[in-house]
Amino acid sequence: MTFMETAEKTLDQILTLAAAHFKVPREELSPDEDFFKALRIDSLQTLDLLTKLENHFRVELPDYELQGVTDFRTLATKIQARL
Amino acid sequence: MLSAQQFQGQALSWQVQGGVIELALHREPCNELGSLSLLEFEKFASALDHLERDAHTLILYSELKCGFCAGADLRELYQQSQTRGELQASRGVRDFLERIHRVLNRIDGAPLTTIAAVHGVTFGGGLELALACDLIIADKMARFCFPELRLGLIPGFGGIPRLKRDLGNAFVRDLLLTGRSVNATKAQQVGLVSQVVGEGEALRSARATAAQVGKFDRQTSLTAKRFIKPIPLDELRKEIDIFCELFARSAVQAGLKKFVESRDAQPYLP
Repeated sequence: MTFMETAEKTLDQILTLAAAHFKVPREELSPDEDFFKALRIDSLQTLDLLTKLENHFRVELPDYELQGVTDFRTLATKIQARL
Repeated sequence: MLSAQQFQGQALSWQVQGGVIELALHREPCNELGSLSLLEFEKFASALDHLERDAHTLILYSELKCGFCAGADLRELYQQSQTRGELQASRGVRDFLERIHRVLNRIDGAPLTTIAAVHGVTFGGGLELALACDLIIADKMARFCFPELRLGLIPGFGGIPRLKRDLGNAFVRDLLLTGRSVNATKAQQVGLVSQVVGEGEALRSARATAAQVGKFDRQTSLTAKRFIKPIPLDELRKEIDIFCELFARSAVQAGLKKFVESRDAQPYLP
């Protein structure tokens, strides 16, 4: 599997996890969307998302590295860098 | 309502059943520790003199979905610092810290096995409350953090001395100096958490642990606890002094103002 394919797979898993956890239809989420708006979440719920992703991908994501990250695609890149 | 066996307050409640004291936190939005919580915690500390006679275990948990506790009530802290003069605000902070230290020292040294059953946000003062307990049982969605440096402060409810008592100094520095949050798995890897359980299972697991604890001779458990868990009183005292010294700086007021007035979606991130 190429790096690009793996990155796309990571992105897809993030979207699926986020949709399931916050009970939003998967088809309503797109990679470049602002996840705060798409998931209608606040800062505390963002921490839930972070924990969910860390548990799923078995990585640590220091929250300061996510400062300013608002879209799923960039989030996937951050996770990909730690896999 | 206050009686020896049960209490229903605005920030917390407790009841005793089968030798287990269960203290539930339920102050919206996320159990922020302010003057109301402190008052009710002081009632609990007083009631412990009676409660602990017939109990072997104390379980602390939160009834709120957001988590165990988001820490000190920063909005109240900021408002009080704005309405009082500088000297009075500084005295107020010291008084608050000394009172909450008395409560946490009482829980820390209670002749019971104490368990924090945590989920979600366990930040700042919330983590410090959990650290006063003998065991931390964490839902896998729990998250731990000392965000105080972001405000120009250090943890003020005994966090550093207690974390240092329990864990390696390297991890204490990591948590403190980066202000990052860590999940339950990481917290267990470093020895902060004794058990990681499934979502929504922390209280059930704490009750199962309490049932096990209740099988042992209480005096032996107490002797073992006193041997292995000294209260770092000198460092706790020093922590109050350092906190008060930092609190007087204008950068702290600016940091509190920024936090309180923030409309940012990520005020909990640095």
